[in-house]
Amino acid sequence: MKTSVREQVPGLVLLIATMVFSVLPLLSMLSAALQPQGSVPLGLSWPSDPQWHNFIDAWRVAEVTPLLVSSIILVAGVVPVAALLAAMAGYGLGQLQVPGGTVVFVLLLLGLTLPREATIVPLYYQLRDLGLLNTRLGLILVLIGSFMPFAVFWMRAHFQSVPRELNEASALDGAGAWQAFLYIQIPLAVPALASLCLLLFLWTWNTFLQAIVLINDPTKRTMAGALQNFVGQYSTDVVLLNAGSLLIMAPTIVVFLIFQRHFVKAMISGAVKG
Amino acid sequence: MTTATSLSGAELPSGPPGPNHHSARRRARFRRGVTGWLFIAPAALMYAAFVLRPLLTTIWYSFYNWDGISVGTWVGVDNYRFVLTDPQLLSSIGHAFFLIIFFAGVPVIGGLIVAALLQEIKIRGLGTATRTLLFLPQIIPGAAAAVAWVWMYATNGTVNQLLSAVGLESVTRAWLGDFDWALVAVGIIGSWLGLGFCTILLIAGIGKIAPEVYEAARLDGATFFTTFRYVTVPGLRAEIGVCVTVTIIAALASFDIVFMSTQGGPGYATTVPGVQIYQLGFTESRVGLASALAVVLTALILAVVLPIQRLFRET
Repeated sequence: MKTSVREQVPGLVLLIATMVFSVLPLLSMLSAALQPQGSVPLGLSWPSDPQWHNFIDAWRVAEVTPLLVSSIILVAGVVPVAALLAAMAGYGLGQLQVPGGTVVFVLLLLGLTLPREATIVPLYYQLRDLGLLNTRLGLILVLIGSFMPFAVFWMRAHFQSVPRELNEASALDGAGAWQAFLYIQIPLAVPALASLCLLLFLWTWNTFLQAIVLINDPTKRTMAGALQNFVGQYSTDVVLLNAGSLLIMAPTIVVFLIFQRHFVKAMISGAVKG
Repeated sequence: MTTATSLSGAELPSGPPGPNHHSARRRARFRRGVTGWLFIAPAALMYAAFVLRPLLTTIWYSFYNWDGISVGTWVGVDNYRFVLTDPQLLSSIGHAFFLIIFFAGVPVIGGLIVAALLQEIKIRGLGTATRTLLFLPQIIPGAAAAVAWVWMYATNGTVNQLLSAVGLESVTRAWLGDFDWALVAVGIIGSWLGLGFCTILLIAGIGKIAPEVYEAARLDGATFFTTFRYVTVPGLRAEIGVCVTVTIIAALASFDIVFMSTQGGPGYATTVPGVQIYQLGFTESRVGLASALAVVLTALILAVVLPIQRLFRET
């Protein structure tokens, strides 16, 4: 039995209102970004003569090219390493059942609820002493470390679901275990690893607090971190500010629209497992 | 429980029968342990070096008066006493708890309603459209979301434009600069970010409730609200638990949104612990005090989140 259309109207209105609420801020950014430069735009109003070249100007003043390169370097430094370390640890905890592994596991559990603010102050001094302040390498190391709790949890959950007989077939001394891991386990873990990489990409790209604290030069930061500097410089130019911010957001939105299904699935299972 | 199976399994190929049986078994177990630890070590070391070590250092710093340059002096629990008595720092903690209403309350309740409506109204494409649009805020950086909303809340921004359009010119204002409304305005940014996450998670949860239950409720003549109250909400217990946990942590540890939209202003109307820790630690060079506040914030988060997790896990 289906409810009549009339009964559905209030619910439908509420649903549409929620959708509008979700996109309204982005739409008003777009409408402001297309107004003539130097004008004072008013709220949400489609310009009679949309100034698409604003985006070209904003690309230049927001230094989008170096920022893209910087963010890609950071992602390339963080994601593969974090995923590999997490897969290894997840294998050790979930499959090999290492004696004493529970201690590691409980310590990681703590890391899942830890706010970034809890470690940020000493991290600054720690990187300074290592000579890694203002370097991407420093930020990469910090991010890999901070992603470990979730990433290891994720991979451990995967390796727990793999039947243990797979391991028993192969020898378990050092080299044997490594071979088994590399050639038997990793290929089976590709779906879990792919979702993990998607999440790690998103988190690295959107890193804000660590980026603004640990890296002084905005062009060496993540896209999100560079936004702080850009906003500081262009806060009075509403048109360019919105155009530049949209450009800075665009890469994640594009990646999201391409991998939408995977993203949603990864985030849902990520949240439930975490 | 699982050790027994894997032990016997490990022995199958390698356990040589004979007098050495026992020590060989022990050696195999030892070797397996070493191998396992080699797998865990890199991740554990990175975690120890860049999370656990700084965490312990935060606690260590919190007992010192240190400007980050000269030699620090031990001050015992003075920093903590200051955190728990200074009106400005206390109000920042109060703000963080107030934000829970918007960061956690609105998204969870709104998400429940939207998810239940989508289960009721089955129009082709509607579900996908809702999911895509609601999820968009979730994937852009919080800092960028703040920039979008700064423009929404501006004097000639969209919020005031809409209010004027419905004849409410009298209430228009520069929302983020208003002492009474700035914190609520920041909270709504948090609602905007959290709503999609909660909705999607809850939609997935509803998908796991047997459709027959909904059909039976409908045949019994249950209204939307009865079904919502007695089928949907109880069936989503675990998902609601996850939503509440994640969003409460986001509220208490908020930084990006507040830092980019108000920097804690006007005055101290929207300061939250995250912004205070940043300012104390990196612009005012009061490293010890910033660390004490960080420890208090972490303790508060654990104190709120752990009971919640227990509440929703036990059924």
